[in-house]
Amino acid sequence: MSVSTASAADTQGGGRGHRPPPGRGRRDHRMTARRRDAVAGYLFVAPQLLGWAAFVGWPVVAVVWYSLHSWNLLAGTFDWAGLANYRQLAHDPALGAVLRATLFFSVGLVVLNLALALLLAVLLNQRLRGTAVFRTIFFSPVVVSLVAWAIVSGTLLQGTGGINALLSKVGITGPNWLHEPGAALIAVIVTQTIKNVGLNMVLFLAALQGVPEELYEAAALDGASRWRTFWRITFPLITPTVLLTSIITVVGSLQVFAPIQVLTAGGPGNSTNVLVYDLYKQGFVAHDLSYASTLGVLLFVIVLALTAIQWQMRKKWVVNE
Amino acid sequence: MSSKSESGKSNQDRANHRSRALSLPRWAKIALYALMTVLAIPFLFPTWWMVTASLSPANDIYSQSPKLFPTHPLWSDYKQVFELQPFAHQYVNSLYIAVLVTAGTMAVSALSGYAFARIRFPGADALFFVVLTGMLVPAEVTIVPLFRMVQSLGLINTHWPLIIIPIFGAPSVLGTFVMRQFFLALPAELEEAGRLDGLGRFGLFRSIALPLARPALAAVAIFTFLRTWDSYLEPLVYLSAKDKFTLPLALTQYTDAYGGNIWNIQLAATTLTVLPVLAVFIIAQRQFVAGLAQTGLKG
Repeated sequence: MSVSTASAADTQGGGRGHRPPPGRGRRDHRMTARRRDAVAGYLFVAPQLLGWAAFVGWPVVAVVWYSLHSWNLLAGTFDWAGLANYRQLAHDPALGAVLRATLFFSVGLVVLNLALALLLAVLLNQRLRGTAVFRTIFFSPVVVSLVAWAIVSGTLLQGTGGINALLSKVGITGPNWLHEPGAALIAVIVTQTIKNVGLNMVLFLAALQGVPEELYEAAALDGASRWRTFWRITFPLITPTVLLTSIITVVGSLQVFAPIQVLTAGGPGNSTNVLVYDLYKQGFVAHDLSYASTLGVLLFVIVLALTAIQWQMRKKWVVNE
Repeated sequence: MSSKSESGKSNQDRANHRSRALSLPRWAKIALYALMTVLAIPFLFPTWWMVTASLSPANDIYSQSPKLFPTHPLWSDYKQVFELQPFAHQYVNSLYIAVLVTAGTMAVSALSGYAFARIRFPGADALFFVVLTGMLVPAEVTIVPLFRMVQSLGLINTHWPLIIIPIFGAPSVLGTFVMRQFFLALPAELEEAGRLDGLGRFGLFRSIALPLARPALAAVAIFTFLRTWDSYLEPLVYLSAKDKFTLPLALTQYTDAYGGNIWNIQLAATTLTVLPVLAVFIIAQRQFVAGLAQTGLKG
């Protein structure tokens, strides 16, 4: 900053040491305007940057630092442990189950969520009366808080709850959803999907409405079937939105916490004990903050890797305009 | 001028074409309505059931044939909601935290979104990239260090971490991204006029750019409010006294001596938290959905 002031002053040959008076010369004037702009720019972004440093940057460094220590809250000790936590992680008898639950949950949620969101968006994009009402219905769970939705779903998913009552009406004996390993995972996935699918649906709907009508007309003139038209014309044009929603949904699926806590608390066994829930239990129930930090590092690495993979793969299937 | 009217005309044509080229046969329409109606059941039923069950005797919740309409609505569960916990107090906590976080996030992300889009300053692109990384850091990754930070500042069991961290930390980054996308699309001429009138940077931002950014601000406000209203892990970690709790946390506290859920009271409490938000949404749903769609459109 000071360098640029000095050089500006030098080129003018005057105002040594103090600010040149306004309107002195054209170049001088421009320099101060630019400098004033730069100051304004830094001031404008300062709250966000300082917040980032304090609440994102530093904590990410700290979580790695904590994971390399052995931390006893009760004794108040904080000792260097090297990779001991990571060795513990590798030998954690529950880790296999946790990663399996995380993988199944994420894959199930992402596939179900994106497929359903796309189906609903396509249905709502038809020229039909009353689609606004259906759009409101499909979107409404989004505004219900996650815990509220999970509590209501929890009562419905009891062995003698509403879901099984409905199933028994069509002659199906439903499982005790939240107490059987496979069923519990499916129940949480479906609960979470219905709660949130409206968001992706709206994004898809916005993308679908951006597809130029002429393309559909051309396809109709060529006698292309609706199915073919969708996969050859519509889908390629909305791939940027598919990429965006899939990244959001994948990252979001790894963060699911409230429904797990409310519906199953990770059980039965470890069948719904996803990584985030395990992290919470290790850190804030078992008070092992350094091991929880190690799980945090693992979660971070997984999120970064998945996002990087998706970003790389976009070249293969995302159609740019 | 002429090109403008031409494009308007072709839009008209397009609309006409659309209805002709893409209109569906009658049987297909019926099939689509049937499909949408079936699909709507899992979206509607839980909310409906929440209200009816909260008005029914506790035994009915476990009965094999849930009643779709309570025959004799019972209001006693609603009375209990307020007797077992400082529920009104918790409601106010949730409301004021969500309002403060929403207002703060709008301010922080509008300012930095504007600067990243329209002010040239050294390192702007690099700094924007740095800020964006906040979107890739799940809250759970940073919860242990943030918990320690809050603890060492003596702010455990206060609302400060629930207000300050989301406004300035990772959650507001999405807002900054949305605001930047919006301000990038704003024509430069608008600001030139203001500049000639002698407005400084803050003046340009405040009196020219910000009023035009209403749709983007609305979108930021909506998703910030919903996310804060939904927030569960952070209150769970930072708060310990019931009178400090926010609603999602409060809802899980209606348990008996053995930790079992008292479902009927829980459903009544849940109804009380859901219905106001749902009502606002149904009234304002057009703007609501359009606002959220816009955040994705420009991504």
